[in-house]
Amino acid sequence: MGNQTSPSPIRLHAVLIKSLLLLLVFNLAFAAVNPLPCLGRLSVYNWLLPGRTRLPYGDRPDLAYNMSLYNLEAMFAAHEISGIEKPTQEYRVVLIGDSSTWGFLLKQDETLSAHLNRMGLTTTDKKQIRVFNLGYPTMSLTKDLLMLSRAMEYQPDLIVWLVTLESFPLSKQLDSPILQNNPGPVRQLIKKYQLDIQEEDARFVDPSYMQQTIIGQRRALADILRLQFYGVLWAATGLDQYIPEQHEPPQADFEVDVSFHDLTPTTLDPDQLAISNLSAGVKLANGVPVLFVNEPIYISQGKNSDIRYNFFYPRWAYDQYREMMLELTQTNGWHYLDVWNLVPSNEFTNSAIHFSSVGEALMAKELSSAILKLANP
Amino acid sequence: MLSSLLAIYWMQPSTPIRHLDFWLPTVTVGLSVLVWIVTRPEEKSSLRENLSALLIVAGTILVIGLLRYLGPVCCLTPSRPPNILQILLAMFITGGLTVLIARFASSKTALINTFVILILSIFILLKAEPLAQLTSSGLRSLTGQSTAMASALDIRWLGFSYVAFRLIQALRDRSAGRLEEYSLAEFLIFIIFFPAFNAGPIDRLQHFVQDLRKPFRLDVTGILQAGQRIVLGIFNKFVLADTLAIIALNDTNAAQTASTGWTWVLLYAYAFRIYFDFSGYTDIAIGMGLLLGIRLPENFNKPYRKSNLTLFWNSWHITLAQWLRGYYFNPLARALRSSSHNIPMPLIIFFAQTTTMLLLGLWHGITWNFVIWGLWHGIGLFVHNRWSEFLKPRTVIIEEKPLLKKTLEISGVVLTFNYVTLGWVWFALSQASLSWQVLLRLLGVGGGG
Repeated sequence: MGNQTSPSPIRLHAVLIKSLLLLLVFNLAFAAVNPLPCLGRLSVYNWLLPGRTRLPYGDRPDLAYNMSLYNLEAMFAAHEISGIEKPTQEYRVVLIGDSSTWGFLLKQDETLSAHLNRMGLTTTDKKQIRVFNLGYPTMSLTKDLLMLSRAMEYQPDLIVWLVTLESFPLSKQLDSPILQNNPGPVRQLIKKYQLDIQEEDARFVDPSYMQQTIIGQRRALADILRLQFYGVLWAATGLDQYIPEQHEPPQADFEVDVSFHDLTPTTLDPDQLAISNLSAGVKLANGVPVLFVNEPIYISQGKNSDIRYNFFYPRWAYDQYREMMLELTQTNGWHYLDVWNLVPSNEFTNSAIHFSSVGEALMAKELSSAILKLANP
Repeated sequence: MLSSLLAIYWMQPSTPIRHLDFWLPTVTVGLSVLVWIVTRPEEKSSLRENLSALLIVAGTILVIGLLRYLGPVCCLTPSRPPNILQILLAMFITGGLTVLIARFASSKTALINTFVILILSIFILLKAEPLAQLTSSGLRSLTGQSTAMASALDIRWLGFSYVAFRLIQALRDRSAGRLEEYSLAEFLIFIIFFPAFNAGPIDRLQHFVQDLRKPFRLDVTGILQAGQRIVLGIFNKFVLADTLAIIALNDTNAAQTASTGWTWVLLYAYAFRIYFDFSGYTDIAIGMGLLLGIRLPENFNKPYRKSNLTLFWNSWHITLAQWLRGYYFNPLARALRSSSHNIPMPLIIFFAQTTTMLLLGLWHGITWNFVIWGLWHGIGLFVHNRWSEFLKPRTVIIEEKPLLKKTLEISGVVLTFNYVTLGWVWFALSQASLSWQVLLRLLGVGGGG
């Protein structure tokens, strides 16, 4: 007869201690390794699902099938540009800019990049010009620079950087949550290009060690997962933005107000603008041509419109900004296109920089000539 | 009992109608006490023996009511409880009714029928949108609120669907002489047992009280078993189901999707979402029940792996299906069989199955979509019943051919799963016209590839 041993009784406290230890170890290891960038690259886009035509952004995911998150790797992995190995017969153009470039209140086939792609532009050496929308809502040249730094991984042949004065004030460079929540890459840019921004700016979100654990990063992890799931609805419906049926038109009447951020009227002080970001962009492009475009704005005809063009800009600031841009680009030999008054007022949707598909078509027409000129030197 | 009492007030969602989130759980308790009075055997336990339970119930409700004086929204109830005088008046009326029924009711049968009708009426009021809106309007008038804002969604009576089943079960069992003696405390715990209050499972009173009366000692194995069940439930509900909910078919995405393939993806997501959601809740309820010494019945048994619709309904929402079988299908089928009109058996089965499933559909809500969903399953069950009859004489031949048997089984699983899944189209969407469009699109008619 063999020895019969009764199963050892389960000790609850031992189970609890082991569970807690495992939880602790996993959390500390997660914080030490920080696998979020790697996890961000794990994406169902561009293989199971089609890549998005614009970067993930949106605050109503349930209606937009799109969402804002701070993981740059996940954002770019979800974009169609990550899924397309650049063909030899492609002339790749990337658009960098704000919500106007991204296409706020526009369907994905109404954006500037969509209009340009529909034109079927080709270079003289028969290369297909393909335009990628890497615009991202929020107005900051530093945010544009961050996106450009990522865009360079995708071998662009031409960078079209759409700017407007509202992206320039130094004081608002770090207002964008995407910058605040990516302190590492932004500080690298500040250091490398000596930008006029404090590395220790209080707006940077520097997570504590505990905030870098699985528990601390649960929201970021959930966001990566949710982005994948919303991709199914994006693929099924083609929708990536919630566009309400009605919206308020841009403000047309103004008080007697000449203010523009914390700048002193009526001389635009270049020291208070992030001009160095533009030259940083050109350096970052590393020889790839950059076309700066001063994007269209809404020009009001309402009350006190002799003082302000629109909600954003008093005339003195905007006029000086245009002169400054012209001089700056001419001095540096940069490519520049000023289309500030290209789009008629009635084609603006809900703000002084958002315009309709008709407006985007006008932009595309104007831009296509400039792109062809640069693509066929 | 105390924890369940507190839990039903705590879990009750807020309602736009003033104080209704206090009154709804209070009515649940009041109705339960009255049904206990009606269903208790006359010759046995007197009201006096259950006085302590009655006092605990009344005292708890009063204490909850008194929370009103601790601030605008203190705790436990989602909004401020009503004036204490109103609560006392309600208690006085319920108490009076209790004493009247206990002392003077001569015909229990009439009372039982009255209560069944009352519960069913409340049920219909809640589930039929126009009636719910009318009720909301009436309640808003009572509380001096604008009736223009009345909506069917105003009356969110947490757990009433399940409470109704438990109360009717007790009433019907009493009527059939199957009900033993239970104390008020036991009966109340059964009705409002908080782990199963919101989403079941629907236990049998006899079984529940047996567990309740057993001496209970929670050992390590029990804790681990319960913990495992709760963790599994939380994972199924809050990770799988809630994530799948993002892409599950709904009115909005159904109208926005044009392709057949993607519509199938959304529908499959819905099928798994509803399974993980519901079975997750059940796992949590069963796990919590184990921690409290109650072994609640299983509600799911791998339903999507069943090879026919009858087996599916034996493994999906098992306790509800058993309830309907016990209290509707079997009595109806028996009555039709013993009818003097000599109704053919297939007709009896057809009628009993379709009406049972119709009732099941209506239990979810009185809408055309739920009617069609019920009929979809009723007809499916009847077709399977006939198919089984057809196969019966061929069973030996099938048994001799393992490949054929396996093929039939696998195709049965695929067919059953897809039939159930297609049925969810009626369940998931609110409009019959949209459901029909989606169904056509799924079948490749009138939609893209």
